[in-house]
Amino acid sequence: MVHTSLDVVDEKISAMGKALVDQRELYLGLLYPTEDYKVYPSHQLCRYGYVTNSKVKFVMVVDSSNTALRDNEIRSMFRKLHNSYTDVMCNPFYNPGDRIHSRAFDSMVTSMMIQVC
Amino acid sequence: MSLSVLEGMGFRVGQALGERLPQETLAFREELDILKFLCKDLWVAVFQKQMDSLRTNHQGTYVLQDNSFPLLIRMAAGLQYLEEAPKFLAFTCGLLRGALSTLGIKSLVTASVASLPTCKFQVVIQKT
Repeated sequence: MVHTSLDVVDEKISAMGKALVDQRELYLGLLYPTEDYKVYPSHQLCRYGYVTNSKVKFVMVVDSSNTALRDNEIRSMFRKLHNSYTDVMCNPFYNPGDRIHSRAFDSMVTSMMIQVC
Repeated sequence: MSLSVLEGMGFRVGQALGERLPQETLAFREELDILKFLCKDLWVAVFQKQMDSLRTNHQGTYVLQDNSFPLLIRMAAGLQYLEEAPKFLAFTCGLLRGALSTLGIKSLVTASVASLPTCKFQVVIQKT
């Protein structure tokens, strides 16, 4: 599921490159709403994408029955994710490309998820 | 301490800076933009000054020149310490290579000094 959304992210990035749009934002917005057929048949899941200058892609999957989530909130969540990821990168003991083991990062993500549930 | 160890340290720092420094917006439309970012934003963040000149052959080779490189400026100007200069440049080469690697460019960076404190960094983009 996440792999297909990565393909959509790549499509969006290349589309943005060709159109000389001024909207040079990192936030890609709603990728596409989808019905998940295997795991949660009754829920609709939305995926949001965000890409950084270093081509690192963040994908957020949100259950769309949670209607309280507005665009601004998604954007601020991505910004927090990006900042935490930057902090992880600056850790000299972290090798880029490894799985992230940072407790600070995990606790930030968990608190973000708890906030919206 | 071997030069490759210094270069490796610079590389890791460059990787982190390449993540931290670029602004919120997607600023890099093409390769030249990334090199300009190195000359302006990266150099100012690390050395409080911009690179003095950037030249390219438009075929993947760039020469960045700093006429008063902060790490060399404290040494006597001219040829006296030419042999010692590489120790001070190895870290910086790694810095450039690391930042480029975070931004998606594989490169080879070497430095050369003709006379202190002017030095040139040559960046050759590796096409895979």
